[in-house]
Amino acid sequence: MKINKPLLVGMALTALPTLALAQDATTPSFDEIGPYIMTTLLFCMAGFLVFFMAAGFAMLEGGLVRSKNVTMQMTKNISLYSFAAVMYWLIGFNLMYPGDGWSVVGWLGPFFSVTTLDPVGVSAADAALDYASIGSDFFFQLVFVAATASIVSGALAERIKLWPFLIFVVVLTGILYPISGSWKWGEGWLDARGFSDFAGSTVVHSVGGWAALAGAIVLGPRIGKYKDGRVNPMPGSNLALATLGTFILWLGWFGFNGGSQLAMGTVGDVSDVSRIFANTNMAAATGAIAALVLTQLLYKKVDLTMVLNGALAGLVSITAEPLAPSLFGALWIGAVGGVIVVFAVPFLDKMKIDDVVGAIPVHLFAGIWGTIAVVFYGDATITTQLTGIVAYGVFTFIGSIAVWYILKATVGIRVSEEDEINGLDMSELGMEAYPEFSKG
Amino acid sequence: MKLIIATIKPFKLEEVREALTEAGIRGMMVTEIKGFGSQSGHTEIYRGAEYAVNFVPKVKIEIVVTDTMVDQIVETITKTAQTGKIGDGKIFVIDVNQAVRVRTGEKDEDAI
Repeated sequence: MKINKPLLVGMALTALPTLALAQDATTPSFDEIGPYIMTTLLFCMAGFLVFFMAAGFAMLEGGLVRSKNVTMQMTKNISLYSFAAVMYWLIGFNLMYPGDGWSVVGWLGPFFSVTTLDPVGVSAADAALDYASIGSDFFFQLVFVAATASIVSGALAERIKLWPFLIFVVVLTGILYPISGSWKWGEGWLDARGFSDFAGSTVVHSVGGWAALAGAIVLGPRIGKYKDGRVNPMPGSNLALATLGTFILWLGWFGFNGGSQLAMGTVGDVSDVSRIFANTNMAAATGAIAALVLTQLLYKKVDLTMVLNGALAGLVSITAEPLAPSLFGALWIGAVGGVIVVFAVPFLDKMKIDDVVGAIPVHLFAGIWGTIAVVFYGDATITTQLTGIVAYGVFTFIGSIAVWYILKATVGIRVSEEDEINGLDMSELGMEAYPEFSKG
Repeated sequence: MKLIIATIKPFKLEEVREALTEAGIRGMMVTEIKGFGSQSGHTEIYRGAEYAVNFVPKVKIEIVVTDTMVDQIVETITKTAQTGKIGDGKIFVIDVNQAVRVRTGEKDEDAI
């Protein structure tokens, strides 16, 4: 039953040329246009799934911040997505995928190049038949950059001003992410050296993690988080929302990794996409189980927020190579990701780096692990993988910390002490997320 | 007239309410509160960091009764809310000067 629909479409499309032969001898066969249609469809469907990850991030962050900051967290999430969408059109997409338009070959794409779509009703002769439509490709890549920006918003929650944060998002999504992204996915210098990152453990997740780490250092911890050598937990407002957000991210990840096959026109490609789905799911599950078991053993009680982070860390870990591993490979790669999170969260607290939702352990630490793990099943070497990890780290961290310091010195990035204690919802927006309830 | 203020363990509320209704009270006020007594707090772990829960959730019951009923009501609460473990709560009894039923304007013992 499963194969009926594609078969019918295939039969109809292969039949078309023979019917049309009389009128137009140049009408392409299904063999010629089929892959283009299927890959375009893959990009659209996977793009919708990755888009929905924006909702996942919003719910996860909304659940893990205190109730007095929920409206602000939602505002940041919808705003950052929207700015990312505009910036990626204006500069980002062509900067990341320069083709022949490099400013500095392998390192820097065109400075300012706006994305244009295929013309309306593009003919097969004018379409990129060996790939996909520009619209689908642009959209699919755009939702990735939004994910990077979402990572930053979670780490810096509850104390950063809205507009300076959004200025950072503009720089990150329009300039920093596309430049470093071009090194690998734009077929730049790291790609030439054999660096391997299938769906973005480094290109997307570590980059978001580095930007978040730089921001968290410049911004400082929330008031009262580290006092007298102790860590004071600030429990999240709604763990049901945080769990929903994690499940949405998990769902979205099928598009994130599956769509990164970048082709669905052959038996091999479509099978690979499904293989990626299975591996992605396995890594998330074992990441969650690892955190579940480990928190039980270490703390005598399971910590749900760690289990949620563990599932996400499993997903980030498998993202650099979701295709090559067996299911058992995905199992242990994801589980290691879950273990990393359980140790990385208290480690960051020890360093007095306040990451509200665990974005840095999940996206940066597990992202580095996932990129290294490629050497076990993929065809990358440890040297090329470490080169990539370091290159992305140095560029993104230094670029981000520069932007954060400039913002801090000019407009300021942190709300006043009183505003922070009263909550950003009332002080910055004058609007509470739960106006019927007492202040959390 | 006396005001009886009792703090009890939240899971005992329903049992106490039933017992008090049987004992003849005609109304009560209930508030969810937090506080500490001899039980003081306990520690929990959130995201790897241990923290003290200094205030324990309790339910506060307030009942106004006639002087003759006080002993019986206090005894009923004590008996039903008791688990024998630390944190069972406290009962305070205070004099009440006046009571008024808003609907009719009835006063004092007629109002409770």
